[in-house]
Amino acid sequence: MTPHPAATRIDITALSLAYGRAPLFDRLDLSVAPGEVLCLLGPSGAGKSTLLRAMAGLVRPEGGSVVAGGAVALMTQDDALLPWARVVENVVLGARLRGERPDVPRAEALLHAVGVNDLAKRPDALSGGMRKRVALAWLLYEDRPIALLDEPFAALDAITRRSVQALTLQSLIGCTVVLVTHDPFEALAMGTRIVVLAGVPARIALDERLPPAPLGTLRDPADPDLRPAYLRILAALEAP
Amino acid sequence: MRLALSSLAVLAVLIAAWWALAAGLGLPAYILPAPDAVAAAWWERRDFILHNAGVTALEMLLGFCAGAVLGVLCALTMAAAAPARLVLRPVLIASQAIPVFALAPLFVVWMGYGMAPKIAIAAIVIFFPVAAAFADGLRRTPPALAEAARLMAGSGFGARLRTLRFVVLPAALPALGTGLRVGAGVAAIAAVIGEWAGASEGLGYLMLWANARTQIPLMFAALVTLFVLAIAFAALVDFLTRRMTPWISETD
Repeated sequence: MTPHPAATRIDITALSLAYGRAPLFDRLDLSVAPGEVLCLLGPSGAGKSTLLRAMAGLVRPEGGSVVAGGAVALMTQDDALLPWARVVENVVLGARLRGERPDVPRAEALLHAVGVNDLAKRPDALSGGMRKRVALAWLLYEDRPIALLDEPFAALDAITRRSVQALTLQSLIGCTVVLVTHDPFEALAMGTRIVVLAGVPARIALDERLPPAPLGTLRDPADPDLRPAYLRILAALEAP
Repeated sequence: MRLALSSLAVLAVLIAAWWALAAGLGLPAYILPAPDAVAAAWWERRDFILHNAGVTALEMLLGFCAGAVLGVLCALTMAAAAPARLVLRPVLIASQAIPVFALAPLFVVWMGYGMAPKIAIAAIVIFFPVAAAFADGLRRTPPALAEAARLMAGSGFGARLRTLRFVVLPAALPALGTGLRVGAGVAAIAAVIGEWAGASEGLGYLMLWANARTQIPLMFAALVTLFVLAIAFAALVDFLTRRMTPWISETD
């Protein structure tokens, strides 16, 4: 894929939000720069997914603002593939929903590019790794400058996860990416920046920029140079 | 296939028990005719029985189609527009709350002795499970799909209609299938209720006719025919609705 010309930023200013009656955010500030791959970590319930959904415009802030500069695409752990539609139809769903003419050849090309060759299958007939690849092809077809990923690789085995992670980074070069994950190693491998949310209401316990890796490639999370960052992530995750 | 075999086995056991009961207790034919007497009565009056079975089958089919179409339209209208929900929900509940047994004579008064009141009664009975199940399915789109669709489709009436067409509707098809299967199961009951309220044809009418003449073996023959008809109809609808949702994997 060619780099996205209009990769855009996300600005969260003084965001206040409650989940039911529990305060989740109280005047939280966070900006994501164009082209960043920001990995969002935090203990369960810290509000990672809610923050991501706020960026997508699915959750309305009670105070402050969330401004995404461009259109967003959201990919979640249960990847929202239509179980009744064949793979290609899943990729062009956005076009159908917008009343556009679906570009089937482009969808097929994208599917081949991410390694899906069984275009006539339904999602349930695919392995977890293949489903992710289909979801990725969908993401690329949507061609949004901002990609929000909510633990997309959590259910994959280690080997499949690594290959799908690499493919995702490669495919999303030029996009602004926010990735919610539980896995510090995933963050170290993929991110250009790592943010840890902790506490109630959540504050930013760590905001770490990682040394640059070649564009679109995974880092080796076992690299000794990354160990200090890993320890800081752990410390931030354990912070009260 | 295994289900068909087990059904046949259960049927064989039931017939054997029936036979043993009729023969063993020495019950007279006007209380409990033995299976062979019923079979003989069936064969002797087969044209008469089959003609009436055809009438009942047609009532079931037309009533089912009318009820299913009305149920689908009702559920779709409720899904598309919130104000329609306020109007249609009471209709839905009322259609089930009023006993159809009580309405049947009235329908005969209004529509005569022909097929129309039977179709209307069957339609009312079938309308409820179809509308209720489908409306439920339309309301319960998996949240992940609904949110993804919202982000892709944008806003506006056109976007809502396309979301209904490409996401909400297919997601509700399994629920619609359930409603149709439940409806198919009660189609025979509805047709017979209609015939009992006043008819000159049909298996329900035939049963009353035979009963009044104490031709109990013939009545049983009509009953068995009705049973087979009901099972066949349910099986047909079952087959067709499962074809409608091929992505649903059966765990049976």
